[in-house]
Amino acid sequence: MGVGIQVEKLNAYFGKTQALHDINITMAANQCTAVIGPSGCGKSTFVRCLNRMHETVPDARATGRVRIGELDVYNGTSAVAIRRRIGMVFQKPNPFPTMSIYDNVAAGLKLNGFHERKKLDEIVERSLQLSALWNEVKDHLKKKSGASLSGGQQQRLCIARALAVQPEVLLMDEPCSALDPISTGKIEELIFQLKERFTIVIVTHNMQQASRVAEFTGFFLLGELIEFDKTTKIFTTPSDKRTEDYITGRFG
Amino acid sequence: MRSRFHQGLDDLRARLLRMGGLAEQAVDRACQGYIERDLARCHMVLEGETQINIAEREIDEQAFDLLAMQQPMAVDLRFILAVTKINSDLERVGDQAVNIAERVMDMVELPIADLPVDIARMAAAVSAMVRRALESFIEGKAELAQAVLEMDNVVDRMKDEAFISLVKAMNERPDITRQALDTLLVARNLERVADHATNIAEDVIFWVRGADVRHNPPPEEQPIRQSATEGR
Repeated sequence: MGVGIQVEKLNAYFGKTQALHDINITMAANQCTAVIGPSGCGKSTFVRCLNRMHETVPDARATGRVRIGELDVYNGTSAVAIRRRIGMVFQKPNPFPTMSIYDNVAAGLKLNGFHERKKLDEIVERSLQLSALWNEVKDHLKKKSGASLSGGQQQRLCIARALAVQPEVLLMDEPCSALDPISTGKIEELIFQLKERFTIVIVTHNMQQASRVAEFTGFFLLGELIEFDKTTKIFTTPSDKRTEDYITGRFG
Repeated sequence: MRSRFHQGLDDLRARLLRMGGLAEQAVDRACQGYIERDLARCHMVLEGETQINIAEREIDEQAFDLLAMQQPMAVDLRFILAVTKINSDLERVGDQAVNIAERVMDMVELPIADLPVDIARMAAAVSAMVRRALESFIEGKAELAQAVLEMDNVVDRMKDEAFISLVKAMNERPDITRQALDTLLVARNLERVADHATNIAEDVIFWVRGADVRHNPPPEEQPIRQSATEGR
């Protein structure tokens, strides 16, 4: 099951440059939260702070408190343990090109020392079922490489890979920006189904996508969280003029 | 910036204002036609109806295109929804003007009757409502629209008073029944125009504030939505 996410006074830096300013936000369990804003506003930095990917950039650091369920992300938990509970899907599908479809999905588990064949088979099938890819690949799981799939299939393979380690939260950083409308539709449908089991945070430049998949939306601008509310409110009657100007295309 | 889209919104606004002008003119002509028993004005109202109907279809078509092609959000989405509803109300204002003109054309065939009702006063109040509702749209000001809502009760009272007076007149003087009946229907048509002006004002408030004030819900039942648009 998904867990809630609580962020308090989160600040993020790249060297001396501050990318996020005092972000406070509470995201409910088993809901999808969309993060929107113009390029450079800090939305990707924000999600990368949730699973401590931000600190992998040289000179980057973050302060503040992030709680994923009962887990204190920045206090006493290893980054590896955190990333096991928080899956991530990136803008460009990135399957391991030399691995088969099966091995792509099983990679995270094998990396964690899990090698029980029968159990692995079960998890690979379940993950591919969850990512709505099973029917398309079940006949050549070990014959075809991940890179042989179409872009949309590759992205669903990456989702299956993230789900295989049974996370509680799924972060998606513009997961459809490289996909055609049909593949995008499949991923969006998938997000709806995955909400029953996971808490989802999605960064998107596509406001229609945010309005279609997310219950809550946060608008970031220049590293600040300008407005966070129900998606219906943000896209029909936002409270802040800056939010309205952005979503109506009056700046940016 | 989405300049093509915003140009489309400006065009839509301009079209609706032209449509508003036509509907307002139709009501004024029909009312003058009644007051002066002027058949020429009545014919102008009837002939103008086609133009209003064409404008209604064009505005709906453009609004539909903008919704489909531009996926508007927030204030722009509310604006387009409001325009489509105002468009429909304006077309019906035009229909009411035609109804009044047809009553007048019937009445001029009959002897002039001294009726205990001040249609000119009612017509002035109704025209003012339509004009102010359109002004609130032009200015994008919810407070102007709010004032229109408050005027509706005045027109309702005028219609009720006209009804009582005219029924009484029909009872007392059966020879003027047809004139009284025509006038009663004119009062009813004017009251309907006032209702459409009220609808327009409500749609302007929805556009500007994002608040649904239809059917006068008590304040505690109104959606608690404060739009960023208000007060701009």
